[in-house]
Amino acid sequence: MGIIETNGLKKQFTAGKDVVEALSGVDLSVSEGQIFGLLGPNGAGKTTLLRILTTVMKPDAGDATVVGHNVSTAPSAVRSAIGYVSQQGGAEVAATGRENLMLQARLYGLEPRTAKKRVNELLATFEMESIADRVVQTYSGGQQRRLDLAMGIVHRPTLLFLDEPTVGLDPQSRARVWDEVRMLHRNGTTVMLTTHYLDEADVLCDCIAIIDYGQIVAQDTPVGLKRKIAGDVVRLELGMNHHAYNIQDLFHSQLFVREIKQEQETLQLIVEEGEVALPIILRTLNENGLDIRTITLDRPSLDDVFLMQTGRSLREEIS
Amino acid sequence: MKVLRETWIVFIHSLRVALRNPMTIIVGLLQPITWLLLFAPLLKNLPSTAAFSSAEAINIFTPGMLVMLAPITALFSGIGLVVELRGGVLERLRVTPSSRLAIVLGKALRDLVVLFLQGILLILVAWIMGLRLHFVGMAIGIVLMLIVGLLMVAASYATALTVQNENVVAAISNTLLLPLLLLSGLILPLELAPRWMQVAATVNPLAYTVEAMRKLFVGQITNDAVLQGFLVTTILAGLALFWATRSFRRALA
Repeated sequence: MGIIETNGLKKQFTAGKDVVEALSGVDLSVSEGQIFGLLGPNGAGKTTLLRILTTVMKPDAGDATVVGHNVSTAPSAVRSAIGYVSQQGGAEVAATGRENLMLQARLYGLEPRTAKKRVNELLATFEMESIADRVVQTYSGGQQRRLDLAMGIVHRPTLLFLDEPTVGLDPQSRARVWDEVRMLHRNGTTVMLTTHYLDEADVLCDCIAIIDYGQIVAQDTPVGLKRKIAGDVVRLELGMNHHAYNIQDLFHSQLFVREIKQEQETLQLIVEEGEVALPIILRTLNENGLDIRTITLDRPSLDDVFLMQTGRSLREEIS
Repeated sequence: MKVLRETWIVFIHSLRVALRNPMTIIVGLLQPITWLLLFAPLLKNLPSTAAFSSAEAINIFTPGMLVMLAPITALFSGIGLVVELRGGVLERLRVTPSSRLAIVLGKALRDLVVLFLQGILLILVAWIMGLRLHFVGMAIGIVLMLIVGLLMVAASYATALTVQNENVVAAISNTLLLPLLLLSGLILPLELAPRWMQVAATVNPLAYTVEAMRKLFVGQITNDAVLQGFLVTTILAGLALFWATRSFRRALA
């Protein structure tokens, strides 16, 4: 059994007259010792799922087992074994970094002397000794994130949840956070993070689940997911007259085309050998009088996986 | 027990952070001093006290003023909590294995420290102006004031966690403040008030507190009014804490 197991998790929110279904039956299984990524656009349900797994929220239906304890029936057991760094981090800005860490350590049951030692250890590991006694208000975004991470692991949890860990950070701070997550992983902590950044999911995670509109649409290693696309991706941006033809019909008979997906004027074809397919595609479109504005040939990316599974592009979702 | 230990941890931490900004405390302490200096000559001119000297007026009105400190400070303490809620602080604390009650109570106690200091200062300055001291009665009076303060702080926290907007909290507190004060008998004796006001006062915890405080300040510790005052305020404070703790859980769900 995995360190996280969920079964049919559902959660609804009412905003005035509208009922928003944040999670509509989430089944997830996360193995111990991984860096697990939950990838999806904003509003897909990532934070809601995390809040349920960390016992902050109760699900409407379904259940979840985290580190062997049921989140509904044994929430305090879950809380003692996990760490959680929310999107905002939740550090008290009027207090110093050290004070924030000390409070966190004491609330996890560490005795004053042990807490003090642990706090000093963390300050050294995250290179925050020079800013430890300044109030968090004065910290930069990157420094605040490091403090948030340190607060999340003060009690050495076996499982750490990170909600969008690098949002709003400059590239240097992002790389630092990634390094720190890898370090935690090397020390045996299982990490589950949510993100809407493709590169983060691709580079950092051992296993990814793609979530969209409250449901898991795909789950595998990054390589595994891309391999399912099984082929190269030809991406075209068509001109004004793309409505004139049913492009699907044009290519359906062509054997080398595995799959076609069209979204307005963006056409994505999954083909066997991109270099061979490209001239044939161009010729076909030309012969039928279709304008082509741009064309690219790529190895599959996670965005392609997302597009294939959901019919939408993740890149466009976030722009 | 675990809850007491955690409450103490949250309290000490929150106090240390609050003391970093001494301005709020200093401004808070100036309040009772300015009241006494402004109220004393004014109170002398009321028909019910015109016969007395200003020293006597101090004796009559200080107990009421001690009670007045509670809502004026404590009712607005929820505003700070909204800021913490928005910053994600409460969500982070919520994930630790510590109890919700400990988090709410620890922060509430921090807000009561200022109230405590205000109370001591009020009695001190009143004494200089002619207040007759009854140590035991007044010490018990301070405890009563703190219980009322806890009631107000917890109610303010519960409101803050429910509406999650500091402007709404301020508006509600402002709306409740004047009726609470006027219907308690501390500014005007209730014997002078119309019947409907006297009935309304029976549901105002401050009315019972003022009655009890007046008896305590003249040393009548075992008076029925004192018992009533403690009973009403302690039960309500307990209910308010329960409401605040529940709102804490609901605020994040």
